[in-house]
Amino acid sequence: MARAKELTPKVLVVGGGPGGYVAAIRAGQLGLETVLVEKAVLGGACLNRGCIPSKALIHAAGSYAQMRDRFEAPHMGLSLSSAPKLDFAETIAWKDGVVAKLNGGVAALLKRAKVQVVTGAAQFTDAKTCQVETGEGPVQISAEAVILATGSTPVELACLPFGGDVLSSTEALALTEVPKHLVVVGGGYIGLELGMAFCKLGAQVTVVEAGPRILPQYDAELTEPVRRSLIRQGIALHLGAKATGRGADGALLILDTDGSEHSLAADKILVTVGRRPVTEGFGLETMGVAMAGPFIAVDSALRTSMRGVYAIGDVTGEPMLAHRASAQGEVAAEIIAGLKRRFEPIAMPAVCFTDPEIVSVGLSPTEAEAQGHPVLVGQFPFAASGRALSMDATEGFVRLTARRDDHRLLGAQAVGAHVSELSATFVTALEMGAVLEDLASMIFAHPTLSEGFHEAALKALGHAIHI
Amino acid sequence: MGLYVFKLPDLGEGTTGAEIVAWRVAEGAAIGEDQPLVDVMTDKATVEITSPVAGRVAKLFGQAGDTAAVGSALVEIDTEGEAVDAEREVDAVQAPAPRPDPVRMHSRTPPPPDFIRRPAPKPLAAGERPLASPAVRQKARELGLDLRQIAGSGPAGRIERADIEGFQPVRPAATGEPRLKTRDGVREVKIIGLRRKIAEKMQAAKRHIPHITYVEEIDVTELEALRQYLNSQKLDGAPRLTLLPFFVRALAQAICDHPQINARYDDEAGVLTEYDALHLGIATQTPGGLMVPVVRHAEALDLFDCAAEIQRVTQAAREGKAAKSELSGSTLTLTSLGTLGGLVHTPVINWPEVAIVGPNRIVERPVVRDGKIEVRKMMNLSSSFDHRIVDGWDAARFVQNIKGRLEHPATLFMS
Repeated sequence: MARAKELTPKVLVVGGGPGGYVAAIRAGQLGLETVLVEKAVLGGACLNRGCIPSKALIHAAGSYAQMRDRFEAPHMGLSLSSAPKLDFAETIAWKDGVVAKLNGGVAALLKRAKVQVVTGAAQFTDAKTCQVETGEGPVQISAEAVILATGSTPVELACLPFGGDVLSSTEALALTEVPKHLVVVGGGYIGLELGMAFCKLGAQVTVVEAGPRILPQYDAELTEPVRRSLIRQGIALHLGAKATGRGADGALLILDTDGSEHSLAADKILVTVGRRPVTEGFGLETMGVAMAGPFIAVDSALRTSMRGVYAIGDVTGEPMLAHRASAQGEVAAEIIAGLKRRFEPIAMPAVCFTDPEIVSVGLSPTEAEAQGHPVLVGQFPFAASGRALSMDATEGFVRLTARRDDHRLLGAQAVGAHVSELSATFVTALEMGAVLEDLASMIFAHPTLSEGFHEAALKALGHAIHI
Repeated sequence: MGLYVFKLPDLGEGTTGAEIVAWRVAEGAAIGEDQPLVDVMTDKATVEITSPVAGRVAKLFGQAGDTAAVGSALVEIDTEGEAVDAEREVDAVQAPAPRPDPVRMHSRTPPPPDFIRRPAPKPLAAGERPLASPAVRQKARELGLDLRQIAGSGPAGRIERADIEGFQPVRPAATGEPRLKTRDGVREVKIIGLRRKIAEKMQAAKRHIPHITYVEEIDVTELEALRQYLNSQKLDGAPRLTLLPFFVRALAQAICDHPQINARYDDEAGVLTEYDALHLGIATQTPGGLMVPVVRHAEALDLFDCAAEIQRVTQAAREGKAAKSELSGSTLTLTSLGTLGGLVHTPVINWPEVAIVGPNRIVERPVVRDGKIEVRKMMNLSSSFDHRIVDGWDAARFVQNIKGRLEHPATLFMS
């Protein structure tokens, strides 16, 4: 066995996802000698198996569906004389190109920040030391500070182990042809985003959800336009139903709420019932780090119970979101560099790229009331928005909640086409401590969907102009 | 115009006015029906007054500490300004009819005394965080400031950059946070409400009365033995006896021999009113400050009834539930700090009474008896008298009278 090459950086980051690579870049910017260990490809689940490829696929599927719709029913004076053609392999290749471009971008950014990337799986022997088997032989790394950013992985169902026709989101994004019958188990945002995309690409899609409604993380008012859209697109919904296993011809067996068993035709089954933190397989047990349930316990300085060991991203808990991991990564690196920072966000945006999209920041009216705040709620329907009409997408609304006593904004949500972009204005308003009068006094560009935020504030104050 | 003028209602018990203790709303604020408007104080009862209508507070009359007359305007509420709730249809033409009884006698404890209230930021609910932008929060972290300690000047109390820059930052030290910090805060506190009443009363007592204070020690060993025995034998539900009921019995008997001590002196009229009944004031510490609820006809209460009545009136005072009649009319006052009772004190007479008696703490002390040193339970009794009415001789005899009864407890039960 070759003698291990030894590295002794100031900072060791484990995991090259949106948490880890951001932490490494920031540490590098701050002049700390930094090593990043990534066992596969830079960018993590987000870039390689999640956010980015799914958005690419959703975009392509949307374009294709529009063309097909114009072929089937001319609209706005647009029509196609023959059905549009889908070369799905080409679509996937395009998506892979997007991902590859970003992979390369991350590598370049790390290099510019003078971060040394070590490719291979880290195996810790104590809290500050790990061994990595790389293509060029073993490397031993001992660091003063360690940032764990090992991420998360899809949860498997015992009755539907991954493999063959049972897919996780990872495999679903790497399919080479559109399945004829796709059954999605789990009606959360990942399942619905992919389910809707495959439906637009021509698959017969069925969604099986154990809970009483889809997208349980959002309130029913917000998800209702998505539910209607699912039905309109011809996606079958089985709510309160449990997947029990495979039947003949690969069909999925489910148990409905009424106790009846059904068999759902499926040539592919996509299981999206959640994600779990990656806490095994890298020697975490040797590091003396306290856990909080399945997650690594951290404080607001992202410190674990072991001195000098930090953790960020999905491995530290919900919500498992790339932007949370990145924000934590910056904070952790700055704290290691001696800056006085804390991870204490007011607003954690959540977006869902279904059709229509959903964005939620802060509290819903119900949540705000549950916290004991008498509230004012302002809602603006996109049916009254010039921009929504001109985009032929009038479904949905913007809704905000403010405290009745001092009018401070507590939360903002929207559902509708392209509303994910409203997350920026929602977060800005909440983080800056906006009150309704602030929003009412600001000028939002016309014609944009963001005007809905202004109008919702006016509505909450009792003097909406356009509704 | 939808202007609704809310006037101070008749608060009962023959009050003609009330002191504004604290405004619960600010001018310009939206107010809902039944939402608290103001706390006022009559004699010693604090009353919360709620708004009979919803709207926006247009004008407040008077400040905390001012006295408002019954029927005078307290608040102007713009009932058209209520359109803050877009979901609610507001009829702007018809002014809402005032509700018959906007006054709510609350069983809540009186508000914390204003003399300890500081011009501090609004207290935050559990889990609630101060309103401030990310840059301000970061600046505070760097300066080592706790934003919860800082009153924000922005809308909704938002803490602005200027608010934290005005704050004296903690001096950074080479080795972590300094352990001792200088404190430069100075606060002006308006003395209002109960605290003002206490101040006025104490001032009057000291201005009018030439006090003479007399201290004697009492051997309560036998009395304590009796008290402990009675407590061990008491029926379920009967109150536990403290020393006070025994003390009250001794007082009820002693005043028969010294009627001028159980009395009220009107020095302007030149009349001393002596009472056969013992209406005993019990100096009581309440969340808002000192109050003196009264045990009426203490001479007619046996030990357990007396214990129960003392408990009842002091608890009512502490909870702010005592009626006006339970807070006035005492003829003699007892002040005891229990285990905090100390060695000696110089109590201030509850003017216009002429005497106040104050048992101090009971302690075991070595005492010489019949040439031997014994451990005895000893208690000092500190009493003050109005020297215009009570001569030193009489004061001493009165206290010796009480001492004799307490040291020979059987005499407490002889007529």
